[in-house]
Parts: sequence; structure tokens; C-alpha cells
Amino acid sequence: MIGLVLVALGGALGACARFWLSGVIARRLGERFPWGTLVVNVSGAAMIGLLAAAFLHAEGVAEGWRETWLLLVIGILGSYTTVSSFSLQTLALLHAGEGGRAAWNVMGSLGLCLAAALAGHRAGLLLSGG
Amino acid sequence: MAPGPRLYLAIALGGALGSVARHLCALAGIALLGPAFPFATLGVNVAGSFLIGLYAALTGPDGRLFATPAMRHGVMAGFCGGFTTFSVFSLESIRLLEAGQWALALGYVAVSAATWLAGAWLGDRLGQRMNGRPTG
Repeated sequence: MIGLVLVALGGALGACARFWLSGVIARRLGERFPWGTLVVNVSGAAMIGLLAAAFLHAEGVAEGWRETWLLLVIGILGSYTTVSSFSLQTLALLHAGEGGRAAWNVMGSLGLCLAAALAGHRAGLLLSGG
Repeated sequence: MAPGPRLYLAIALGGALGSVARHLCALAGIALLGPAFPFATLGVNVAGSFLIGLYAALTGPDGRLFATPAMRHGVMAGFCGGFTTFSVFSLESIRLLEAGQWALALGYVAVSAATWLAGAWLGDRLGQRMNGRPTG
């Protein structure tokens, strides 16, 4: 039960942080390309890699860190990043006849998020001496 | 209440509900299908993409449902945003890669991208149809 409360709390915080940051970025860079969602997803992917290096073993979450994991990763980072906005914005680009931008959004999001998660994970392993 | 705090309250509530729903799906996925492949994350990301496409169409300028800005943000940025997750997807993909399961990792990424977009597209089509006008 405490686990669900932590996920809910983290999910509320993560969603508000995403809305705030993606709004700030969209106002700065304009809305012709979904930069806000891209930045949120890439930064969240780097963070999850970093935290996985600290708290995640091959067989699962390290002993004694389950609550931390539920709050920070499943709650905050899980909710901070989003696939639904990414999908809707890609579809909107396609509907607007912007096939090139849609393709860049898909390839860029996948490539940068996976690279960021890998880099975060490597950095975390170095930091924790693993 | 001013619109700003009301929007954030709606998004926080939606994000909390969406995240708990995602977590419960993940627990059920592991229990029913095992930990070898991240079926639950794939499922919530496709379902959330479908839902946001459907809801955006139904509550858009030509939509048949009326929604206040707070409701729209609560469902879309809040619930759908909290339910779906790009970070957990990324972590699962690199864990498959680092375990040497290249084909599975590649398949997960490709199937995810294709089905997320198909989900949003289907939701939008269904919403436009329910709005009672021809789809483009």
C-alpha cells in the first residue's frame, strides 16, 4: 500500500514537472517541432539510466531500495516522460503534411533516449565504482 | 481558483492515477507473462497513445464532447502522460541490449514505435468517426 502511495506521489510530481518544462521550452522554441517533449524524454532517459546503475541489479531492485525506486523511478521519472504526447504530436505533424519532421521526431526520440539511457547507466556505474 | 493552480492540480491528479494504473499493469504483466519481455510497458504505451488520440479528437474544436481546459489537461498531460512512459521503455531496451539480446531489443524498439503511432492514429480515427464527420 505504501508502494502505491509513493508511485502516486511521484506520478503527480513528474507530470507537473513535465507540463511545466515542456511548456517553457515550447514557448522559447516555438511549436513547429515538439522540442519540449523531446527534451523531457531524453533527460528522463538519462536519469533512469543513472538511477538504474545505483539501485538495479540483474535480478531486480537492490535490497532495501524498493521504496526509493518506486518513488523516484516508477513514480517521478515514469510520469515525467511520456509516450502519449510523443505519439499525438507525431500524428499531428503527419496530419499537417510534415512527414519529414514526423520522421525526425520518431528517429530522434528513439535514438537520443536510448543513447541517453546508456550514457546515464555508464556514468552511474563509473560513479558507483562498478 | 486561478487557472494556473487549477491546471496543475488536474495534471497532478491525472498523473498520480495514470502512474498507479501503469504500476499495477506492470505488476500484473510480470505475474501473468513473466519478466522476459516488457509486455506491460508496451501495452500501457499503446493504450495511452490510443486514449490520448481518442480524447483529443472527441474534445477538440470540432469534437462532440465538451471539456474544460483543466479536464483536458488532467486527462491528456496528466493521466495519459503519467500512464505512458518513455524512460522505463528506454531502460528496458538498454537492459535487453546489455544482456546481449540484440534481436529482442531491436524488436522491442521497432514494435513499440510502430504500435504507439498506430494506437494514436486509431484513437484519432475512432474519435473523428464518433464526432460524425468524414476522416481524413
